[in-house]
Amino acid sequence: MFYRILSAALYILFGGVIAGFLAGLDRKFSARMQGRKGPSVLQPFYDVGKLFSKETLALNHGQFVIAFSFLLLMIATGVLFFAGVDILLVFLALSTAAMFLVFAATSSNSAMSTMGAQREMMQMLAYEPMVLITAVGFYMATTIMNGTGSFKVMDIITKSDLPVILYLPGIFVGFVFMLTIKFRKSPFDISTSHHAHQELVKGVTTDLSGRNLGMIELAHWYETTFLLGVVALFFLCNKWWSIPLAIVSTLIIYFIETIIDNVSARVKWELMVKLAWCVTIVCGGINLLVLQYIF
Amino acid sequence: MAKIAKSPWLLHYDGSSCNGCDIEVLACLTPIYDVERFGIINTGNPKHADIFLVTGGINEKNKAVVKQLYDQMPEPKVVVAVGICACNGGVFKDAYNIIGGVDKAIPVDVYVPGCAARPEAIIDGVVKALGVLDEKQKAFKKAKKTKGESK
Repeated sequence: MFYRILSAALYILFGGVIAGFLAGLDRKFSARMQGRKGPSVLQPFYDVGKLFSKETLALNHGQFVIAFSFLLLMIATGVLFFAGVDILLVFLALSTAAMFLVFAATSSNSAMSTMGAQREMMQMLAYEPMVLITAVGFYMATTIMNGTGSFKVMDIITKSDLPVILYLPGIFVGFVFMLTIKFRKSPFDISTSHHAHQELVKGVTTDLSGRNLGMIELAHWYETTFLLGVVALFFLCNKWWSIPLAIVSTLIIYFIETIIDNVSARVKWELMVKLAWCVTIVCGGINLLVLQYIF
Repeated sequence: MAKIAKSPWLLHYDGSSCNGCDIEVLACLTPIYDVERFGIINTGNPKHADIFLVTGGINEKNKAVVKQLYDQMPEPKVVVAVGICACNGGVFKDAYNIIGGVDKAIPVDVYVPGCAARPEAIIDGVVKALGVLDEKQKAFKKAKKTKGESK
């Protein structure tokens, strides 16, 4: 119990900071790939610090409550995950948090913001099936490995002698595919983008400014750490060597996401939904069928 | 709190320029000049921007647009007029629809002359604007504090 509370507390303290550093490395690395010097690794911290010090312009004062709820629910999602509770509950909390971003975007009259919100919902439509299949995959893999299946994050780590990825390679590929959507990386940065010159200005965050935008940024950092935690869960088991393995694999996955972001152009939402569902059915579906009928 | 000068986000608006200055503004973002190394991002969104970069003169049609963009930017904010047309109208000064430089519509903090303004000059102007932005942030914080005390 002590370790569960400790890991949840560490997440609250450092979850945002870790993803902030990763975002800084991401920008530095992207700049180097484009032959530029790039900003400081601490740039994301300067940006968020500045946002909190600026004036907050909001047409609708409810926006603050919604943006704050998004941040709070995103932290709650990660806390549940790092405390090792049921992964289904964690994913449901994630969906609830994601809805608050849509609410924040629709709380203003801006056409750009509203269209961004619609696209955000399309993104949710694209990645949600794979997220649920991931949870089911963890249960089936633990059933095969340990005899008794479990949705509990704690049990997946402590009761397995080998990393679950050995039984879930297809689901892992599908989940990494969904990460591109969740991280808002090209080619799936259709609701909002880290880069300028998007056809929707800034999509969901168009009408957010100052403190409200700062909170959304912070929530995205916590979300990134949580999602990388789920990637690590594929590699963790009750052996000591699984910890360095999980850290290295997680960093490699983040690195791959950065490369994908830099080499691809944004697609239309129709193609995104089709691609995401095809990957879900092919990688996730076949993996589940194999677990069900062959093992 | 972090210094605003470490993370200046730009909004670029083209008044009635010949696009010469706009090309130079975009050149600042390319690998040769790379303004992102100062943390500068071209946001394209007034609500996220700290620096308003205007190229080209102001005419009767876009005066309201420039004013609205300026009003949509949260405090503290600075305005940089890039190119001679944005400074005082330039070669279009005597045209029937041109009312003059950007300062005819909104208060301007830094003027960057040139036709077209060179990327080096634009970067110099923006760096100068960062000094103004720092001063404005201090004033903004002070005003916020006194407002909080009076409540």
